Amino acid sequence: MSKHHVSATVNGDPVEYLCDPRETLLDCLRDHLGVMGVKEGCGTGDCGACSVTVDGRLVCSCLVLGVEAEGAEIGTVEGMGTEGNLHVLQEKFIEHAALQCGICTPGILVAAEALLKKNPDPSETELRYWLAGNLCRCTGYDKIIRAVMDAAADMREAS
Amino acid sequence: MKYHKPKTFEEAAQIAAGSNGVTRFLAGGTDVLVQLRSDVVTPDDLIDIKGIDGTKAITKRGDGGWDLGVAVSGAEMMEHAELKRDWPGLVEGMDLIGSTQVQGRATLVGNLCNGSPAADSVPGMIAAGCTVSITGASGTRNVPVEEIPVGPGRTALTKGDVISAVHIPPRGARGGDAYLRFIPRTEMDIAVVGCAVNLRLDGDEISEARVVLGAVAPTVVLVEDAAKAIIGTALDDGALDALGATATAACNPIDDKRGTIEFRRDVAAVLAKRAAKIAYSRAKGGQQ
Repeated sequence: MSKHHVSATVNGDPVEYLCDPRETLLDCLRDHLGVMGVKEGCGTGDCGACSVTVDGRLVCSCLVLGVEAEGAEIGTVEGMGTEGNLHVLQEKFIEHAALQCGICTPGILVAAEALLKKNPDPSETELRYWLAGNLCRCTGYDKIIRAVMDAAADMREAS
Repeated sequence: MKYHKPKTFEEAAQIAAGSNGVTRFLAGGTDVLVQLRSDVVTPDDLIDIKGIDGTKAITKRGDGGWDLGVAVSGAEMMEHAELKRDWPGLVEGMDLIGSTQVQGRATLVGNLCNGSPAADSVPGMIAAGCTVSITGASGTRNVPVEEIPVGPGRTALTKGDVISAVHIPPRGARGGDAYLRFIPRTEMDIAVVGCAVNLRLDGDEISEARVVLGAVAPTVVLVEDAAKAIIGTALDDGALDALGATATAACNPIDDKRGTIEFRRDVAAVLAKRAAKIAYSRAKGGQQ
């Protein structure tokens, strides 16, 4: 089986990898590039744990082949903040205790950031529909919604 | 599995025609990758058609209709204000499919070619009178969408055929469309019943109509009797009752975990009436 050479950027940094055409972008990010913030939950596009942006568009990386990412700009949770310099969304998730086991959290952060870039002032209903593809089995969602709404308010004030 | 990225639809059709094994075309991938992952279908030749010019384009034609590239995603349709203004029912049907993440990739043609009787975007396409271009060995032909599905998971496309564009008719004056589906929750589910209505008015009377049901038969069905029940009326109570009765009569559903035969027949009438009222109000310039 011949491997494909792919050049892309991840969080602004140029990357290259060799992949089998059956490997998903999720596989490539984790196994070839060591981007471990991208989580595998279901592997079939139902849970959203592997959410990333591809050229600014929110997608499940398990539903994209690695070979399709040639030339693409990929964004993951690693691009949102660093340990000493967290993104407002990350700070608010801690403040509101919007995570427990944490597996769904990177996907939800990436999805929430994508919404706030598109609409800095979403209603709670818009937010809940936007995040309907991100499953969380711990929090009951309410804390997540409160954390994102609070972060959105802070981000609007700061801008 | 061999991955191909052709530059033209003719080349894509030739690769498929020349394959000795299973072929799949890849646009959004929201069905193909799930089938790959669950070992339902592992193609020998996977043909990614997103490298072909125009597959991401939404173009308004000179006659007022629209041409959509086959890789245009649901999210891109929703973000296109003018397309949504012309064909709200068609666009909303597409928007009901999956999550935000799935919307970022899923396409009309993928939904059509997956062949599900419950496909949410297909009733709206048929109601609108959409056609698709099919590129095959003998050239490109134009086919009405209702001729594509032939059974659950099966289409009229043959080996070497690839859908190369979607064509939506001009909206024209005093027209409106709508799509409604029933699911047991508010989001992210498969239709138990779906119904699209597209109509045009002459004064207060309906002069043209197309009524399409999903998830109540082996394929999405265009119900001509239902259209006849409302043409020439102002959608009064008698016309609505006749519409409901014809919708129920057109059902040939299955019993499954999502709904019984009896329930589907009943809900088909309810949704047909509600969708017709929304389409009627939109044709009159209402925003509902």
